[in-house]
Amino acid sequence: MTADTTTRYLGIMLKNPLVASASPLTGDIESLQQLENAGAAAVVLPSLFEEQLIHDEQQFHALHEHHGGVDAESQSHFPDLLDYNLGPLSYLNLIKSAKSSLSIPVIGSLNGASTGGWERYARAIEDAGADALELNIYFVPTDPEVSSKGVEDQYVDLVGTIRKGITIPLAVKIGPQFSSLPHFVGRLAEAGADGLVLFNRFLEPDIDLHTLQIAPRLFLSNHNEYRLPMQWIAILRDQLLLSLAATSGVHTPADAIKLLLVGADAVMLTSVLLNRGVNHLHDFIAWLHNWLDVNEYDSIEQLKGSMSHQNCPDPRDLERTNYVKTLMSYTNTNSVNGT
Amino acid sequence: MAGSKFVTLDGNEAAALVAHRVSEVVAIYPITPASPMGECADAWSSQGRENIFGTVPEVIEMQSEAGAAGTIHGALQAGALCTTFTASQGLLLMIPDMFKIAGQLLPTVFHIAARTLATHALSIFGDHSDVMAARGTGWALLASASVQESHDLALVSHAATLKSRIPFLHFFDGFRTSHEVNKIELLSDEDISSMIDREKVLGHRRRALSPDRPELRGSSQNPDVFFQSREASNAFYEELPDRLQNVMNQFAELTGRQYRLFDYVGAPDAKHVVVMMGSGVGAAEEAVQRLVSEGEKVGLLKVRLYRPFDVQAFVSSLPASATRLAVLDRCKEPGSPGEPLYQDVVTSLAEHGAANGLANGSLPRVIGGRYGISSKEFTPAMVAAVFEQLKQKNPKPHFTVGIYDDVTHLSLAWDDQFTTEPDDVTRAVFYGLGSDGTVGASKNSVKIVGENTPLFPQGYFVYDSKKAGSVTVSHLRFGRQPINSSYLIDRATFVACHQFQFLDRIDVLKVAATGATFLLNSPHGADEVWDQLPQEVQQQIIDKKLRFYVVDGNAVARRAGMGGHINTVMQTCFFALSQLQPREEAIAHIKQAIGKTYGRWGESVLQKNYAAVDAALEGLSEVTVPSVAEGNKHLQPLIESNGTPFINRVTAPLVAGRGDLLPVSAVPADGTFPTGTSRYEKRGIAKEIPIWSQDICTDCGLCAWVCPHAAIRLKAYPPAELEGAPKGFRSKPWKGKDLADHLLTVQVAPDDCTGCGVCVDICPSKSKEAVRTRAINMKPIGPHVERERASFEFFKNLPEMKPTQTRVDTIKGSQLLQPLFEFSGACAGCGETPYLKLMSQLFGDRAIIANATGCSSIYGGNLPTTPWAKNSEGRGPTWCNSLFEDNGEFGLGMRLAINKQRDYAVELLQELSGEVGGSLVGALLQAETFDEAALVEQRRQVATLKDRLTSLSCPEAKELLQAADALVPRSVWIVGGDGWAYDIGFGGVDHVLASGENVNILVLDTGVYSNTGGQKSKATPRSATAKFAASGKPSRKKDLGMLAVSYGNVYVGQIALGANPAQTLRVFREAESFSGPSLILAYSQCVAHGIDMSKGMSHQKVVVQSGLWPLFRYDPRSAVDGGHPFRLDSRKPTISFEEFAAKEGRFAITARSNPEGAKRLFELAQQDIDDQWHYYEQMAGIERQVSEEQEEVVG
Repeated sequence: MTADTTTRYLGIMLKNPLVASASPLTGDIESLQQLENAGAAAVVLPSLFEEQLIHDEQQFHALHEHHGGVDAESQSHFPDLLDYNLGPLSYLNLIKSAKSSLSIPVIGSLNGASTGGWERYARAIEDAGADALELNIYFVPTDPEVSSKGVEDQYVDLVGTIRKGITIPLAVKIGPQFSSLPHFVGRLAEAGADGLVLFNRFLEPDIDLHTLQIAPRLFLSNHNEYRLPMQWIAILRDQLLLSLAATSGVHTPADAIKLLLVGADAVMLTSVLLNRGVNHLHDFIAWLHNWLDVNEYDSIEQLKGSMSHQNCPDPRDLERTNYVKTLMSYTNTNSVNGT
Repeated sequence: MAGSKFVTLDGNEAAALVAHRVSEVVAIYPITPASPMGECADAWSSQGRENIFGTVPEVIEMQSEAGAAGTIHGALQAGALCTTFTASQGLLLMIPDMFKIAGQLLPTVFHIAARTLATHALSIFGDHSDVMAARGTGWALLASASVQESHDLALVSHAATLKSRIPFLHFFDGFRTSHEVNKIELLSDEDISSMIDREKVLGHRRRALSPDRPELRGSSQNPDVFFQSREASNAFYEELPDRLQNVMNQFAELTGRQYRLFDYVGAPDAKHVVVMMGSGVGAAEEAVQRLVSEGEKVGLLKVRLYRPFDVQAFVSSLPASATRLAVLDRCKEPGSPGEPLYQDVVTSLAEHGAANGLANGSLPRVIGGRYGISSKEFTPAMVAAVFEQLKQKNPKPHFTVGIYDDVTHLSLAWDDQFTTEPDDVTRAVFYGLGSDGTVGASKNSVKIVGENTPLFPQGYFVYDSKKAGSVTVSHLRFGRQPINSSYLIDRATFVACHQFQFLDRIDVLKVAATGATFLLNSPHGADEVWDQLPQEVQQQIIDKKLRFYVVDGNAVARRAGMGGHINTVMQTCFFALSQLQPREEAIAHIKQAIGKTYGRWGESVLQKNYAAVDAALEGLSEVTVPSVAEGNKHLQPLIESNGTPFINRVTAPLVAGRGDLLPVSAVPADGTFPTGTSRYEKRGIAKEIPIWSQDICTDCGLCAWVCPHAAIRLKAYPPAELEGAPKGFRSKPWKGKDLADHLLTVQVAPDDCTGCGVCVDICPSKSKEAVRTRAINMKPIGPHVERERASFEFFKNLPEMKPTQTRVDTIKGSQLLQPLFEFSGACAGCGETPYLKLMSQLFGDRAIIANATGCSSIYGGNLPTTPWAKNSEGRGPTWCNSLFEDNGEFGLGMRLAINKQRDYAVELLQELSGEVGGSLVGALLQAETFDEAALVEQRRQVATLKDRLTSLSCPEAKELLQAADALVPRSVWIVGGDGWAYDIGFGGVDHVLASGENVNILVLDTGVYSNTGGQKSKATPRSATAKFAASGKPSRKKDLGMLAVSYGNVYVGQIALGANPAQTLRVFREAESFSGPSLILAYSQCVAHGIDMSKGMSHQKVVVQSGLWPLFRYDPRSAVDGGHPFRLDSRKPTISFEEFAAKEGRFAITARSNPEGAKRLFELAQQDIDDQWHYYEQMAGIERQVSEEQEEVVG
């Protein structure tokens, strides 16, 4: 094992490109330590959901007021507690504990809903000691009066606002559903983003056919999902100087290698660790080293972007032609089989 | 005194603040109005707050007040400093231990929020009947008359009990003092510490039982020494008054507040003196001051130490000039020569006269009166009436004041115009809904003024007896001097009506003084509101020259994200208009108070409240008042008139809030009231009501099944009945062969519905075109009310289905039966009431109900009306409440009486067989079990029997005529909550189950003491947060069902009406048909669960899915021949406890406030479920053989 696996992500030097993404595994100190011991180069803590915080504050306040002052005998229905641990305190304490327990970088993650909330909580995450902040932005534009530019403006404004409020590196995690991703991420870079995390997986709701109700369903990524970030990282790598992290669908070390080849600075793992356990990271790292050695790469830096849009043998393969080829081969195959 | 600190709080907290700091063991049990003291103590201990000895007091909730007293007794004997808090029947339950504690000279203080004892009826309100019932226990009785005194004399009591070794009852008036918010000077830890004699504490500890110095106490004594032993403690009582006065003097040196055993105020040369104790002295002192200022020679003697009664101190406290005394007692002792205080005064004067050789004529003449029973208003005007009586040549020796007694003519008339309200006191009255935050905001206003200005505030809060849509009235005073006006405001300088719709039904301006300010929360702006007011309101605004302001509080609150909570908006407007402080200062203080009050809920809650404050004043406008009242709107009657004299004379005034004006002759002397009265009370509290879409409906009947208020009903009827139906009346063909050619109507009672939405949640029928549309949907009441009113009127007159005409073993069939429990005052979405409604539908025409005190006794039996109703034949459930603790036994007594009556009827019937006809007698005696048809036949035959008996003249015939109804089966129901069945009444329940008698025990299990505000019971699930379980209940829920199953011959069913309707129906029918004891445990969601009550039935499904509430039946009829009597009716748990817990606030609070502890508690809760399920699965396989011999022996 001679290859150098270090990589720079968000200006931070990582011992390897494998980062544990936000998940229940990064939600407590014990499993964070297990991740570090297994070789994770950095950890992204679960998102602090501003919407959830506000919801909890409102809900617990409503609970306290619930049916209060209604009759002479029961003027309240719950004990009057001094502290409900509402607000971001427990999250900030997790950052502090993680920083004091781990030697690898700790990246905070924030999912906000209002401008004031984003700014306030971003500063709090920085003050708690996070090495970087990952913004998890997601709007569902249901208003037909709002244009695609209007949606993008909200993202850009938020990034700009937060950039001004903190000094730690800032990554932005977005979904793929933008009409012109290169243009849009360019605006994010101008607004102050230090990196992009591609892509957010959204938990689209499902329908329960028994009750005819909308039902939330959590499902983990599947193996083929890595190809979407791979395509876009390949395209964006040549256009942007900022850091790129790949997330979604990385289930094998080979997936990680491919994402590095197209230009990812870091590769985020979630589903595979949830499925196969934290110690599977050891296998990932061993496989990575072995592959680099067998293929005579000196370092990850050498590997990164060597198959980006510009560097791949035929850039059109990363564009629509790839899609056309797939269709053709599928059609041809069927024809060969005489269907 | 080390640095004075003023705070605003209520009497309960004031007393508890001292009690908690001087105690080591606090044993508690919830009872209104003393519960908040225990809740404070528990909360403080759970927060780790230390007492003056540097340790955190141990607070334990017991199964009853008797349990609390026993625990205290034991802790005292083992050397701890102890206290408890109670009232009313709770104090009575402590009396046996109190005799022991006093007899063993154990120092302790029980703090009592004095409350009426239940007699002909229960009352939660205040008087001295409870403490007077304890006056023979040997305890010192010390009375506080105000919030400050309840704080001060709490400390004096604790200090004095240690000095004297005599235990103290420290009492203050329930609600009037316990719940009044006032500004008081707080005692610091140093103050308290300096009053507690550490040597005496050590002395108490030295006397503790210890195996290192063994002693025997509580021995059994014989006639030889018992008497002497009782006399041996005399010296302690003789010394107590001086010891207490010394403590009071020490307290005065420390604080500047001097108390005496008896405090006299008034003219030094008074001729006429009123003697009394408790909060009434506030009103009395104001009257005395005014009369003295007018030159009257009158005075007031305030009694503080009532037991032991110090004759010498009493006599020397009276002005020597006094010639006549009126002794006022806040209790009634029927049959006595006079009430307790009166008797003590008379005896004292007689003794004093005799000892000093005074002739009878030279002693003051004493008359005695009763006042303020059950918090009846007691005003300075009534005190003036008492002094007026003393002036009479022959005053009434015994009188009442505050009521009109047209039967025994004891009452005194008073002059309503007599007032002592000073001009410089701001008097504000706020009308609100229980749910709109008015009371909370009013308490906050009192705090803001009390803690930010030199003014002295007072707040007192009045509630109606409903749990849904209740009206609250807040009475607030603000003055430059401390306020002890212990009566309601009737000349308000500021009136606020926080709900526009009140104006149609409540005369809110009755309390407004001339020139007052009137603030109205109105959806109509200043330019248009006038035309929307009833003429009566307009006229009062004109006549009283009111300044009239409006604000659309709901709109402002909504914009600020406050939903229906208009409290902050209205509070801001009050401060702006009342000018108690400069406006800007007031706004700043409101915001400070918001920060203090809401800070712990987080930034978002603060911000929306700040936004509401800022927006409130922008929306406030003054209305230009026209010179004439005009328009067609008038105050609406609150009750339908049906021509029944009793309802017109009694119920109607009660509903209208004019019960105070009813004379004694109007009310039943024994507390017997007619049933079926809630239907006349048209409350109209729902903002949305369910509207039926007949095209989507599948006739399941679940909407009526779950309706907590019987406000949605089903009727099936022949099409011909539709003749004369109002326009818009809906119907559809009945599905099913049983009632072929019938139509079905699902109808809402729009004025009785609470708008809870439970019916919509349960409705399984969804539109094919838009899934969100169901067969029943909540709609704003406005556009629908007229049509639904007309439809309901028509619907009421459609024929009711007889039990013999429908399949009562099906859900929809059962819902065709007339509910004989309707329109209760229970909470919107109540989980208990659907069970009672079902019981009334199935068995109501033959039900006799013993109802334990609790929610079900309040929504079932709290005046002015009752939901228990009658059918068209005049039959229906007959209902009675005895106590909280004895309900099992109470119901058993009913069964025994019914059995005896039937036995007697059978004996007579057999005796008169020749006269009435052998075949009739045979037919009457032949049936052993009764289905609905047999029941009808039996009633018909009893009617025939009665006909025949009327023609007979022998005494036996007359006896049988009276007893014949007992030949028709009676269904005995013993109903109550889990606080009763699992805790305080468990011993009785257990005994009744063991009796073998044919009774049905229905436990409405909410898992908390719902009625008193959510204290934990032994039914509370592990890990749920409840009062007295602030960190989550640490122990497992008691398995009452299996305890009952262990008897073998008891029918037991555990049900959840929303989770498995068919199983619920089956359990009710099986339990009732079982000829021995049956126990039904009914899962009942409650506001104390912290859930959206409109989704209560969905929660029932989830709780069953989690396994926390498995459904089962144990039927002894299957415990024969190797049968399997235990049937598990629910499926193996499909969701985890944690998943279930995430859906309910009671568990979410634990998870939030105590994350580490919650994790462990949730794990244990899951283990409980797993273990219980495993146990039940094994039970489902067991075979039993319950021998008949055993049944006979038991029975």
